[in-house]
Amino acid sequence: MISMTPRKHISLQRTLVTPVVSIMMTLCVGAAIFAILGYDPLAALYQFFIAPLSRPDQVADLFVKACPLIITATGLVFCYRANVWNIGAEGQIVMGAVCAGGVALFVPGLPDILLMPTMILAAMVGGMAWALIPGILKARFNTNEILVSLMLTYVAALFIDWLVRGPWRDPQSFGFPLTKSYDEAALIQRVDLPGIGTLGQLHWGVVAALVLALVAYFVMSRTLFGFQVKVMGDAPRAGAFSGFCAARTTIGVLCISGACAGVAGMVEVSANMGQLQPEVSFGYGFTAIIVAFLARLNPLGVIAAGLVIALAELGGDSAQMALGMPKVVTGVFKGILLFMLLAGETFNRFQLRISWPALSRAPAARGR
Amino acid sequence: MKLNKFVILLGIVVLAGLAFIMSSQKAPEKAAGVADDKKVKVGFVYLTTPGDHGWTYAHEVGRQDVIARFGDKVETTYIENVPEGPDAARVIRDLAKQGNDIIFTTSFGYMDPTLKVAKEFPEIKFEHITGYKRAPNMATGNIRFYEGRYVQGVVAGLMTKSNKIGYIASFPIPEVIQGINAFGLGLRSVNKDAEVSVIWVNSWYDPVKEADAAKVHIAEGADILAQHTDSPAMLQTAEKAGVYGFGQSSDMKAFAPKAQLFSSVNNWGIYYINKIQALIDGSWTTGEGPDHWAGNTWAGMADNFLVLSAFENMPDDVAKAAQKAADDIKSGANKIFTGPIRDNTGAEKVPAGKTLNDGELFTTLDYYVEGIVGKIPG
Repeated sequence: MISMTPRKHISLQRTLVTPVVSIMMTLCVGAAIFAILGYDPLAALYQFFIAPLSRPDQVADLFVKACPLIITATGLVFCYRANVWNIGAEGQIVMGAVCAGGVALFVPGLPDILLMPTMILAAMVGGMAWALIPGILKARFNTNEILVSLMLTYVAALFIDWLVRGPWRDPQSFGFPLTKSYDEAALIQRVDLPGIGTLGQLHWGVVAALVLALVAYFVMSRTLFGFQVKVMGDAPRAGAFSGFCAARTTIGVLCISGACAGVAGMVEVSANMGQLQPEVSFGYGFTAIIVAFLARLNPLGVIAAGLVIALAELGGDSAQMALGMPKVVTGVFKGILLFMLLAGETFNRFQLRISWPALSRAPAARGR
Repeated sequence: MKLNKFVILLGIVVLAGLAFIMSSQKAPEKAAGVADDKKVKVGFVYLTTPGDHGWTYAHEVGRQDVIARFGDKVETTYIENVPEGPDAARVIRDLAKQGNDIIFTTSFGYMDPTLKVAKEFPEIKFEHITGYKRAPNMATGNIRFYEGRYVQGVVAGLMTKSNKIGYIASFPIPEVIQGINAFGLGLRSVNKDAEVSVIWVNSWYDPVKEADAAKVHIAEGADILAQHTDSPAMLQTAEKAGVYGFGQSSDMKAFAPKAQLFSSVNNWGIYYINKIQALIDGSWTTGEGPDHWAGNTWAGMADNFLVLSAFENMPDDVAKAAQKAADDIKSGANKIFTGPIRDNTGAEKVPAGKTLNDGELFTTLDYYVEGIVGKIPG
């Protein structure tokens, strides 16, 4: 029999050592795979972990890449802590981008200073509304939020596709599926560091993402709402006895994660694209789920986890560029990294027990 | 504590390992930079992988042509599966920072990212495929794909028995509409009764959807299939069903030896070699564009940018007619979009004697010509 029993106490050392061991094992397995495929394993690992960090602007780009993941995963942490399985962040990102884009493109006469806040608000409302659909259905009819939120992702993707090919298409684009470019005031500017200037594509959205994660950490650990979320997730009956409303918690966390995802979509478009196109989110909503779990559902951990995932992405590109390693191989390596990190986390929290069935029972089993 | 020692030991091992990896990599990098001073470094950004056997495969063949032509005078790098979003700008910028002298970005969606990076690196040349925005150091290049489709239309018109042709289209952008209409004009030049129905799959590369669309066309009675999508799935379906079809971007004969009539093959190598040679000679320019929308360089069969694979699985007289159609396009005797052209409601769109110019091919084709069923979506 193999069984996993939760550890009662998880020491700090164990918590710190686990990811290191996981990464070591990733390096070993990865190196073996690279060697088998005929790549110099050291060169490959260098391209994955060190080359993407060898210039300050690349480090900045790492944060840029992690930005939508951090914002989205921060929201998802609330959901997952409350045992509400919002799988549709991808769609909420898209709806946030659409609503913010609607403001940027079609609300005339907004003073520049109000445009950005209005866009952020619109993005939050858009993402929230999309997350509320599974929320209300679950609270009211006890539908499965996993399925509903996931399916709405495809609705959102087709909706933006229709918009940019149809009614929102720039008449000057002659059939190409793009909206007009946003005005300058609707774009998120790059961070101008004193004495250094701009660094890579580092933009203010990244700063906002880091602040958001910090605020979320505070809310989760220091406020009644955070406590409520955790109680309803861990022990819903105890929560109910103490007067917390399950439906309200469900809707609350879905609102938060929808709003976060919406903002992520808005930031991505305003900082990096400057117009809407058929695809605005490239699986960020799904990757953010991994980020949230890698972070152990801790908003501060989300920052680190987001950066790790972003590094694996950038490393994959750099291995492609320098060594001609195909995307599929880099994908396998990313998979190994995630597998090891999540497996390490599992062994961190649970103890593996292997016990052999008593010998005396074996013949009986055979006889039957 | 035992665990503490373990942590410290582990830390040392990891640091030592990383240091080893770093030190082992630094030296060759420097050496490469000095020794290869005169090599021209060429970067390519691919939308999918060369394994698509269509669009990106054709670009990869072009890159191989470059290597065959210049040998070790060039050093090429490609990066595949780059999504058409913010990642594109980062990847292109990385290629620029790694010292590439000229960078080819091979999909329409890289247009704005390429432009953005081109402005940051004025000393590097950028070549964007199929777009219309440009800069002093960013040229655009494209192929007159529609020329091959006219010949396809001629062959389809002569080969069809059911007079029903199935066309699988990707997105309603000018390039695709040009293709459908050129196909229709070719078809109606030889067969007044045949009709083309179009299924939009809203993807450039989706073998499942492409195969499904092919099955629908066949079920509705089509005996000839044409495609403006990138995978060989349509031809494979045609092969199984015993109907005929045309390949796209690269020669797809291997996937459908009995079904492929011919493929329109994109010969990017010739464009890449020209531009790289110009860069080596110091004569690189964005090129004289025929028109704003079309690209600085927009060439077709006459310049071997577009090549038709062998005419197969058809009677000799059809192959001769196809060859004649191709020769007339090459010689300029047939400009394809010459009036009278009527749309599929019968309204005259281009009067007799007038030929649409390159700009008009991009801006005025908002209709299907006679012989195409339905309406352009959107």
